[in-house]
Amino acid sequence: MGRKYIAENDVIAWLDTLADDNLVIAPVAETGTVIYRPYLPGTEVELTNRPVSSPKEAVFPQTELLFSYKQDKDPEHPDRTKVDMKEATPDRSTVFFGPRPCGTRGISMFDKVYNCGKMQDAYYVTRRENTAFVTIACSRPDATCFCHSVGSGPADTEGSDVLLTPVNGGFVAEAVTDKGKDLLASPLFADAGKLEQEANAVVEKAREMLGDPHDFSEAESSLYNLFDDMDFWEEQAAKCINCGACTYLCPTCHCFNITDQNVGLSGRRIRTWDNCMSFEFTLEGSGHNPRPTKAHRLKNRLGHKFAYYPENNEGLVACCGCGRCIERCPSGVDIRAIVLAAKERSNVQK
Amino acid sequence: MCKSNLLMPESATIQEVVQETANIKTFRITLDDEQKMKDFSFMPGQVGQLTAFGTGESTFVINSSPTRMDYLQFSVMQVGEVTQRLHQLRPGDTVGVRAPLGNSFDVESMKGKDIVFIGGGIGMAPLRTLLVYMLDNREEYGDITLLYGARSPADLSYKTDLDEWKQRDDINIHLTVDVETPDWDGTVGLIPNVLKDINPASKNGVAVTCGPPIMIKFTLMALQELGFEDDQIVTTLEKRMKCGVGLCGRCNIGSKYVCIDGPVFTYAQLKELPAEL
Repeated sequence: MGRKYIAENDVIAWLDTLADDNLVIAPVAETGTVIYRPYLPGTEVELTNRPVSSPKEAVFPQTELLFSYKQDKDPEHPDRTKVDMKEATPDRSTVFFGPRPCGTRGISMFDKVYNCGKMQDAYYVTRRENTAFVTIACSRPDATCFCHSVGSGPADTEGSDVLLTPVNGGFVAEAVTDKGKDLLASPLFADAGKLEQEANAVVEKAREMLGDPHDFSEAESSLYNLFDDMDFWEEQAAKCINCGACTYLCPTCHCFNITDQNVGLSGRRIRTWDNCMSFEFTLEGSGHNPRPTKAHRLKNRLGHKFAYYPENNEGLVACCGCGRCIERCPSGVDIRAIVLAAKERSNVQK
Repeated sequence: MCKSNLLMPESATIQEVVQETANIKTFRITLDDEQKMKDFSFMPGQVGQLTAFGTGESTFVINSSPTRMDYLQFSVMQVGEVTQRLHQLRPGDTVGVRAPLGNSFDVESMKGKDIVFIGGGIGMAPLRTLLVYMLDNREEYGDITLLYGARSPADLSYKTDLDEWKQRDDINIHLTVDVETPDWDGTVGLIPNVLKDINPASKNGVAVTCGPPIMIKFTLMALQELGFEDDQIVTTLEKRMKCGVGLCGRCNIGSKYVCIDGPVFTYAQLKELPAEL
């Protein structure tokens, strides 16, 4: 199937029809930021500025119900309790509209953890099957962007079902998957024709704006080499205040906590995003903590993305280069700079 | 949904609670679904997540043996919120169970070997399952030696087991405490020192050890002095865990997850990993 075209004015009409049968989530400019909100006809969608949050919330909600339970007292033995559990089933068909390719690429990295041969997370797999991602290609990268240094780019289709490329007056649309083909079946789409070339030029220009990529090769071996070099990690972590903003904004950070919320005899078990930069994350019952300082924790976060995940996934770096962690870090920690510094330090030591 | 939901516990009933020490209780539980209890299979060393509903979940080794499937046994030391709530539960109460999780001791490669168990405190729990398994398959294994230590005689768990094992002539038992009481007839001394006195033969031997980090550190040194090679030393690790299935990101040591790649590791395997215990 060739690429299609939809006028910017028709995008809302398209979302309206999609919202008839699906939950549609779209970016909305709100209180000085851009975040994802459920779309209802009349919602003003933000098409130009990149959402601050990542699309991972589509398949990995910040707070997610796993099951609810009810405890019953046994009338014969009032000191005993029986428990009924009810599993949550996230079965709503969803169209997730408006992430950039860097964000959606993160979904494909979740797949390798949450839906691989070894392990399948029932909640994730169900949401993933029920969700289509309509991604907008990047036409204006920021200074913090480095997708091209981690094997991605402004028109990366990894994780997406549809890729929209902004052109003058509208979007050129490409179906990446069968799910995407169905979404483009709407009569609001016409053949892209010559606009394809304009779309290609938009992507090419974005690529140029990104400049030369950083050389992150050998990051994996460098980070392993420096594992015991705590002087290096203390220096790199000096600025970090352990707030965890990086982990919550990151499209690939997938760590979570599980907790029970109890009211009387009923309650629910929930899964929530967690933050590996916090002291409590690995604190053990005995009081022992294998990652006791922020230097240990920053080392683990960097290591996870550029060494451990790649080791488990044929060299694939678990960073999509979106730069959110750099852009939003309150103390100016720059993941690019740390990886490059690690390479340099490791080379010096050799 | 997937065929099985890895995060969904099975409902189970506490059949019996044994007060082992002042702060350790052993729970014997059965799955409420009779068919699932009948079909339940695991190997020594595998762990499970126990739920105290309303408080949360924590990881414990299944310390009963797969050779005895009347119930699943977990020993719980009271150290935090979940363990405190579990300690309040009584026979007849419901708990949640997700098990079995993780890998197990390599009982096949240990066949024909002389096995030395070295347990400290609650670290005896994961050794118990393997020890009972080997006693139930006694002819498959060589000499079996148990060195089990605790702070005081009152801190030793599994006293019924110990009394039973002492009656047998096919297992050598050495008990040691840091501080003795007047009726104590075992050894007084730290585990690594007592181990050196026992002087188990490393040739054709496998040492299986679990206990607090400081004990492990000096026990490893003692074992090396006794001639045990890295791949003849087996231990089982503990880390803070939430999911137990390799997703939540807590228990990794480098690229390995203690919950799915462990908890059982040889010392040779541990040496390959970054030093983050």
